[in-house]
Amino acid sequence: MNASPRISIPDKGLAYVGAARIEGPLVVVERVRDAGYDEMVEITDPSGRPRLGRVLDISETRAIVQILEGTSGLSHETLRARFLGESFRLPVSRHMLGRTFDGLGRPLDGNPPPLSSDLRDVNGLPINPHAREYPREFIQTGLSAIDGMNSLVRGQKLPIFSGNGLPHDRVCAQIIRQARLLEGGEEFSIVFAAMGVKHDVAEFFIRNCEESGALSRVAAFLSLADAPSVERLLTPRLALTLAEHLAFDCGQHVLVLLTDMTNYCESLREVGTIRGEIPGRKGYPGYLYSDLASLYERAGRIEGSPGSITQMAILTMPSDDISHPVPDLTGYITEGQIVLDRDLFQRGIYPPIAGLPSLSRLMKDGIGKGYTREDHPALASQLFACYARVKRIRALADVIGEEALGPLDRQVLKFGETFEHRFLAQGETENRPIATTLDLGWEILSTLPREELHRVSAELLSQHYQTGK
Amino acid sequence: MNPPPGRKASVTRINGPVVTATGLAGARMYEVVHVGELGLVGEIVRLNGDQATIQVYENTTMLKPGAPVRCTGAPLSVWLGPGLIGNIYDGIQRPLPAIKALHGSWLGRGEKIDPLDPASRWTFEPVVTAGETVSPGQTLGLVTETPLVRHKIMVPPDIPAAAVRRIAGKGLHGLTETVAILDTATGPREITLVQKWPVRVPRPIRERRPVSQPLLTGQRIIDTFFPIGKGGCAAIPGGFGTGKTITQHQLAKWSDADIIVFIGCGERGNEMTEVLREFPKILDPRSGRPLMERTILIANTSNMPVAAREASIYTGIALAEYYRDMGLDVAVFADSTSRWAEALRELAARLEEMPAEEGFPATLPTRLAQFYERGGAVTTLAGEPGSISIVGAVSPPGGDFSEPVTQHTQRFIRCFWALDTELANARHYPSIHWIRSYSDYVGAISGWWKKQNPDWTELRTEALTLLQREDRLQQIVKLIGADALPDAQQLILFIAELLKDGFLAQNAFDEKDQFCSPARQAALLQVISQVYRKSRSLIEAGVALGRIRELPALRRLIHVKTIYGNEEIAQITALSQQIQAELDGLVAERGAP
Repeated sequence: MNASPRISIPDKGLAYVGAARIEGPLVVVERVRDAGYDEMVEITDPSGRPRLGRVLDISETRAIVQILEGTSGLSHETLRARFLGESFRLPVSRHMLGRTFDGLGRPLDGNPPPLSSDLRDVNGLPINPHAREYPREFIQTGLSAIDGMNSLVRGQKLPIFSGNGLPHDRVCAQIIRQARLLEGGEEFSIVFAAMGVKHDVAEFFIRNCEESGALSRVAAFLSLADAPSVERLLTPRLALTLAEHLAFDCGQHVLVLLTDMTNYCESLREVGTIRGEIPGRKGYPGYLYSDLASLYERAGRIEGSPGSITQMAILTMPSDDISHPVPDLTGYITEGQIVLDRDLFQRGIYPPIAGLPSLSRLMKDGIGKGYTREDHPALASQLFACYARVKRIRALADVIGEEALGPLDRQVLKFGETFEHRFLAQGETENRPIATTLDLGWEILSTLPREELHRVSAELLSQHYQTGK
Repeated sequence: MNPPPGRKASVTRINGPVVTATGLAGARMYEVVHVGELGLVGEIVRLNGDQATIQVYENTTMLKPGAPVRCTGAPLSVWLGPGLIGNIYDGIQRPLPAIKALHGSWLGRGEKIDPLDPASRWTFEPVVTAGETVSPGQTLGLVTETPLVRHKIMVPPDIPAAAVRRIAGKGLHGLTETVAILDTATGPREITLVQKWPVRVPRPIRERRPVSQPLLTGQRIIDTFFPIGKGGCAAIPGGFGTGKTITQHQLAKWSDADIIVFIGCGERGNEMTEVLREFPKILDPRSGRPLMERTILIANTSNMPVAAREASIYTGIALAEYYRDMGLDVAVFADSTSRWAEALRELAARLEEMPAEEGFPATLPTRLAQFYERGGAVTTLAGEPGSISIVGAVSPPGGDFSEPVTQHTQRFIRCFWALDTELANARHYPSIHWIRSYSDYVGAISGWWKKQNPDWTELRTEALTLLQREDRLQQIVKLIGADALPDAQQLILFIAELLKDGFLAQNAFDEKDQFCSPARQAALLQVISQVYRKSRSLIEAGVALGRIRELPALRRLIHVKTIYGNEEIAQITALSQQIQAELDGLVAERGAP
């Protein structure tokens, strides 16, 4: 039965009493007047507890409202929906650094909400492609596997593809602790958005920032595993809205950390399914790509603005499957990916960054002469080629046995071991400068015969190849 | 029965970019409408009584039922005239630099800026005189748009034979100034420097011609192994990280087309920035002028509205057709057609259409065919040869080529450059897989190649056969190891390595190697072929492969491509002779008692 809506006029916006239908996170309110698409709605139950929602579909006769904080306890007749007359906006200010908020931007630290008259639409606006500045500044993370072979640059979006149980949080925390520009310069501000992760994961990140003395530069938005799943759809947008303010209004360099994008996508699927949308692959909505792009593309640099947004999103690949829609579509939008490898992890190698499937698309423009070192591009290319060969020979050795391999193949296998244990592996507190990483790379390459190094010019070989290794 | 522009109609429902409105009796399909107070640009995609469904090209946040809808009476059209080259547009031809100049770094809503600056002035040189009879497509006058492009001001295709009543003299004219008046059967028509054309309608041509010339790209694996002709269509499918965009950029940089239209359709913002920053700096190897002087960019990045992404492909191809009609060779690069197909899927779902495979609308193959068929080599209305080559990137989910977009695309293209994840992982670029790729244009353009090098067909076939044999041998190698094979077979593995490292791999960032002239391609292939033939006979004569591998000149072969540039073919020939001599030395050594 439909409760007849009675219109009353509260302090702001029109309120309607009663809903035609409640299903999962969706509430259908009938005979709504003068409400807009994507408008913010406040729903209250008889106890007076307010919950936020937004309009997903609106016609002259009804509005479909997505409740961000769950619908448990709501009833047809007593529900009160107030249309707030504006889309979801976040008050932003630089004083939000050092604070912790919930998934909808309300303070969790007991302090009052930050004062700001600067309200921003959380969906943001696309950056005019003509106004973008191409990212070029090399960020040294102190991890050889990243700096040497998948370099990160300021303004890049580089996600970490991981699996359940892999140490992505530790790797990410180490990057946060160690990341800096070569010539020094300002430090990063960090905006952290947690979506559906456990309390201890959020705890870990915040403690890590605290220990490294960075807490005053961190703003955290936490929508943890026990929060209503729909809330997560908003959390990364809040984080990115604040990041845009810090970067492009305040001129700061911002590192945005989004974890875990797989949970975000699951919330999206949940809402899509309940709305009866036609699903795409694995039940995810057909607009998953566009939706993810509306988050990931909010990174980069803008001409004439000193600030930048660098994005690292962590996602766990369901059953380590890189072709699953979430990592797949992410990889198509982001500028590369750092892939964690279970096999390396189980052999005790930390950080277990997979040598071959990891990639940084912006690397070519941020390394080499004038950025890191002249020999860097060729060295990285040669390491990739040799490691690919290691993988091929390992597959062969699995079949015919290592003893049946030729001497050169055995030498290549040995190179693989050295590469993994000395180049990829490093301590959790070990911060390797880029020069050390590159020198180490040459040292390891020198265990192979000189004439096998096709990707390096004779000139570079004569400078860096160490005979007798 | 079009309602007068400005007639009252109003919004009844908003569902993302799909808006329903009422009061639109008499409106036409694909007519452009302005929605709401902001005047968001939209297009009518479905009519039902006086109800219309509108696909809106902009974000519809806070649009309300009851908001006004205004008809414009015209379909989605592009402006065609001087000033297109070097510009960058969004999916519905809004000029991004002008938007930035007016509104700053962010794209707001309801922007209405003319695609070409009506205040711009161009030097017009008439080529017809008053009293002359002209036909559709005929050139009335010329404008030097950039040092590379002589822009023809043509009789619009919809004007039948007409007499020139008046034609402007040589001099500066504003873009919208009348430069000619034509007397037609239906009355006089004024011609300005700018014309409009509906993007979804192909511009007429006189007839199609067979493809006969190669579109030279300077990329060895493409030009030599899987060539595309001028007027041909090709697809580049590949999973993420396999280098689709870099390959597309390489082709856009080095192809010997007169005009390049690059459509960034649902891809990354930074990639468009890269093109914008790089192209003005790179000089065209043939003309020595900046590449930007022949390039038009369409940028509708992944976070820009999805409906405009759907339109971007048509906007791009309509601009390409206009330049083709001037008798030019145009190359269109669409990155990526999968994102475009996804835009179709997203809109179809919002329209509640019945889905076919993987949620894509059943019209997907038709739409793909319509797009690719706008390419081709033609005789223009004016009787000149012109062509549009189309290269579409495809982004199959999970890198699986059996998905609908890749599968349907394959039906409408004749050249397939399959990118391979394993090659990309080993950083072998371009990661075009030599076994899975194909080109159906080889026969059509072999005539051209034979004029460059009489042995071309033979060399190409030999190299491809070698690579195929190697591929089969690798299956065995995986089981027993390479060392267990006889020398004759190991030789094939060895030569295939030479081919892969010394010929197929091409560094897009190496100054000497990023562009490889046809002559140098032939020379490099010839050297490897000689090594193969000679070594084969040596091995037959009992020389061990190990002795051949050790030759110092052979070691240099892999690096030859980066040592000797396009002007240093003589050095390549010299090296070839040195290798020959060293190989002959092995014979002599063996022949000696």
